[in-house]
Amino acid sequence: MTRRQAAAIEGWYTLENPPHLLGSRCASCGTYYFPRLTAGFCRNPACEGTSFKDVQLSRTGRIWSYTNACYQPPPPFVAPDPFVPFAIAAVELGEERLIVLGQVAAGIEVARLRVGMPMELVLETLYSEGDTDKLVWKWRPVEAAP
Amino acid sequence: MSREVAVLGVGMHPWGKWGRNFVEYGVHAARAALRDAGIAWSEVQFVSGAATMRCGYPGYVAGATFAQALGWQGAQVNTSYAACASGSQALAAARAQILSGGCEVALVVGADTTPKGFLAPMAGHRPEDPDWVRFHLGITNPTYFALYARRRMDLYGATLEDFTQVKVKNAAHGAANPNARYRKPFTREEVMESAMVADPLRLLHVCATSDGGAAVVLTSLDYARRRGLKAPRIAAISTVTPRFASNEVEMPDIATDSAVAAEPHSFRRSIAARAYEEAGLGPEDLSLAEVYDLASSMELDWYEYIGLCQPGNAEGLLRSGATRIGGRIPVNASGGLACFGEAVPAQALAQVCELVWQLRGQAGGRQVEGARIGITANQGLFGHGSAVIVRN
Repeated sequence: MTRRQAAAIEGWYTLENPPHLLGSRCASCGTYYFPRLTAGFCRNPACEGTSFKDVQLSRTGRIWSYTNACYQPPPPFVAPDPFVPFAIAAVELGEERLIVLGQVAAGIEVARLRVGMPMELVLETLYSEGDTDKLVWKWRPVEAAP
Repeated sequence: MSREVAVLGVGMHPWGKWGRNFVEYGVHAARAALRDAGIAWSEVQFVSGAATMRCGYPGYVAGATFAQALGWQGAQVNTSYAACASGSQALAAARAQILSGGCEVALVVGADTTPKGFLAPMAGHRPEDPDWVRFHLGITNPTYFALYARRRMDLYGATLEDFTQVKVKNAAHGAANPNARYRKPFTREEVMESAMVADPLRLLHVCATSDGGAAVVLTSLDYARRRGLKAPRIAAISTVTPRFASNEVEMPDIATDSAVAAEPHSFRRSIAARAYEEAGLGPEDLSLAEVYDLASSMELDWYEYIGLCQPGNAEGLLRSGATRIGGRIPVNASGGLACFGEAVPAQALAQVCELVWQLRGQAGGRQVEGARIGITANQGLFGHGSAVIVRN
């Protein structure tokens, strides 16, 4: 049986591998947004921009900080049984000058991470629902690429 | 014209996990504060409630809920919600009413009943709400606390020992506080050996969620003078929002602002700065501080954010003993969240209650000798700063 794949959160990232986060960029001041800006007004108080381009954000950045989840989070997190702890990283994208949170790729432990470490975006299953794997972006150390 | 108001009375319902209706805690605290002030409920002209989102409709309209429970007497009413900063906003509303001449006597009340375990978002499939998304990804409140802690370790050389010493210090302070939920001194070993929640934070570094209630009676300076009372005064209330581009990962967001077109700003640093500016005071004037130790490590962040030391020097300040009772600038003499656990809408008011008891010399076994000026600092989800300066 072939499993189907779908985004765990629609419209936040592409489903190709490797993926890109989907953001917006103000046509007036150049400010980036993640997730995409839906309100139609730039949040830079010095900018009255109302026009935004959909953009794919940089796939790589450096760790701002990191931790893990040792206790099972409450819903709407869909936990595997038994729960498996996972690492989490906040990664700063150099060009966009913003920090994006995300889980760290499965099997990468906190002990392997440090502030400033280069990371790249990958796609992994967040949880499965019937025959569908719900995919999400995760951060993986560039040095851990297969 | 003075922009100060007097704090004539403070009161609390002890923090705990009592499992009763939040209104009980609020009324208990309100009556205690009114007794403390020597003011009858019938004299209160303005009731300002800090809302709770977890106790149904009565919580959304907390000001009126408390007024009804105390007995409708026709006072004007307000309810404020600003997550963990709700208490400060309710206080600010009461102060504004007094300073604009709308009333002379105001009662401010916050109380909460909390569920067990992690605070969780509202139910349903709501991907447009960042608070829902981050829980869907498995990012809980301790995740954010741990990100700040780990960054201190990697950038400034903070150690697990430092975070643990904050907990041990606050537990020792709170052991002498009858309103604290946890009044047990903890040893270094007990803290270090508690279960890992979010690396590097252990269970005993992370604050619990609690039930509790706190209340404050504010009056105009004229009213206090006519009554012949010399009371501690509110010298400043900061309720600032962040400034774009905010440069720290903030609960509940998945991403920060982009600093491509604007300079990055630290939100937490701006919270106390606004209060100092309003009061015409600085960190060097403080006798003590009550800061939001959601995790023990975050107390160190606050040392820097409220200006007790330069960035990167908080560990040195802690290790010097300066922030213990008896030190140069005691922090969280009440025991802080480490000993209280968080009762969201009551917490900012509880911080003010502690400063008032300290400034009156009524803090018993946790008294900071000669306390004259204190500051509170906290932060509510979705961009709510909160800092209050109380002075003699």
